[in-house]
Amino acid sequence: MSIMEYNGGAIIAMKGKGCVAIAADRRFGVQALTLGTDFQKVFPATDKIYFGLAGLATDVQTLSEKFRMKVDMYHLREEREITPKTFAHMVSSTLYEKRFGGYFCFPTIAGLDAKNEPYICNMDGIGCITTPNDFVVSGTAENQLYGMCEALWEPDLEPEDLFETISQALMNGVDRDAISGWGGIVHVITPEGVITRTLKGRMD
Amino acid sequence: METTATLRFLDAPASIAAFKHAASEDDIEATASACVDMAPREFAHPTFDIPAINNPVEFLKHQTSVDAKNRIKIQHGTTTLAFKFNHGVIVAVDSRATGGSYIASQTVKKVIEINPYLLGTMAGGAADCSYWERELGRRCRIYELNNKERISVAAASKLLANMVYAYKGMGLSMGTMVTGWDKTGPQLYYVDSDGQRLKADLFSVGSGSTYAYGVLDAGYKPDLTPAEAIDLARRSIFYATYRDAYSGGFVSIYHVKEDGWEFISRTDVNDLYYQYAAEPKPSLAA
Repeated sequence: MSIMEYNGGAIIAMKGKGCVAIAADRRFGVQALTLGTDFQKVFPATDKIYFGLAGLATDVQTLSEKFRMKVDMYHLREEREITPKTFAHMVSSTLYEKRFGGYFCFPTIAGLDAKNEPYICNMDGIGCITTPNDFVVSGTAENQLYGMCEALWEPDLEPEDLFETISQALMNGVDRDAISGWGGIVHVITPEGVITRTLKGRMD
Repeated sequence: METTATLRFLDAPASIAAFKHAASEDDIEATASACVDMAPREFAHPTFDIPAINNPVEFLKHQTSVDAKNRIKIQHGTTTLAFKFNHGVIVAVDSRATGGSYIASQTVKKVIEINPYLLGTMAGGAADCSYWERELGRRCRIYELNNKERISVAAASKLLANMVYAYKGMGLSMGTMVTGWDKTGPQLYYVDSDGQRLKADLFSVGSGSTYAYGVLDAGYKPDLTPAEAIDLARRSIFYATYRDAYSGGFVSIYHVKEDGWEFISRTDVNDLYYQYAAEPKPSLAA
């Protein structure tokens, strides 16, 4: 078994009309054994940027704290908020620093830039960024999530419709993966603020 | 003599192949007479082609050993349980089939209804379990016709154990519980593809079995009422589906009684989660 499948997990980000959404499951497990159903895999970087980390849970926590420090240091030095694109490159170079013995995490980033334009991206474990115009997925349910997103996503979704779309994609995707699920969490980032909701899901 | 041989092709199609390879007239006669003996037996005991070499077990290791690259992938994760109590036997199973971490199905039937008095459960290879328990059912029926009485569960489980033992080391995968009610009362046996056959009052089999045992052992006693026993079995399987990633779907429950088995229920574990969550937690010092 790959180390990327040791803990399990699933993350999606989607673009909407003037908004973005990021969602993740809540399981913390060690291979087949489910140990927790309230594990945090999505973290706020700023008021308008969230990032999710799929992969090995110990690296999820290490990296989330590393990024928190780096964003805070950026804020102190530059006296302004980091933009999603700059944040993505910061994450990318942090990962590439460990090119020959990397973290076992695939980050996903969702945010609004200074003009409130939606930005989403994800990358592999050594920092190769991809920035599609519709959605990004990662984690052990990646294939299932691609299927759901290809079927459900459409352009210019309003925040409430985007919430429904990303929630349905997540819940139905993880129901075909044995090591993701046990509930979900969704953040919809709008210029007015972030809407955060937890989802009840199948607990098996 | 050739005429005789030709007619025998009709009785046993397998003899055609044998005839083709027969080199001389003498061989033909030998083959034909062998077919007369073999044909009925071949239909009585299905056999499988095994690699025609000195040591098939060694030869098959590239498919059967746990770390083999080309290992045949089969359904594995499961939770099943069965226990005897004063009112018969309760059998409960989950319904998930996985291939790696992919959930292939949430609606698998893991209780095999061998006949109205015998039940088998399915853990390990789905195809192996369903094939061999179907074959067990056929042999139990033949026993019934020969002896004018039903086979005992002890004998039935031993038939199964002996059948799979013949293929030991060749990659069969099954962990099954055979249960029923015979002259001597309710019976419960565990049979697996290693050839192991055990008799006890309580078993749980599969990747989620340890979790199921946790709940089952805490609540089990022989004088449970049928309703209490069914609830205990359902909770045990439910808890296993919650903790074990490779168990899930629905809980199916059967009750084996003196006049045969009865199907009790099939419940979505997700409904059970929210139902149990609403109940008050039992105190630890009971």
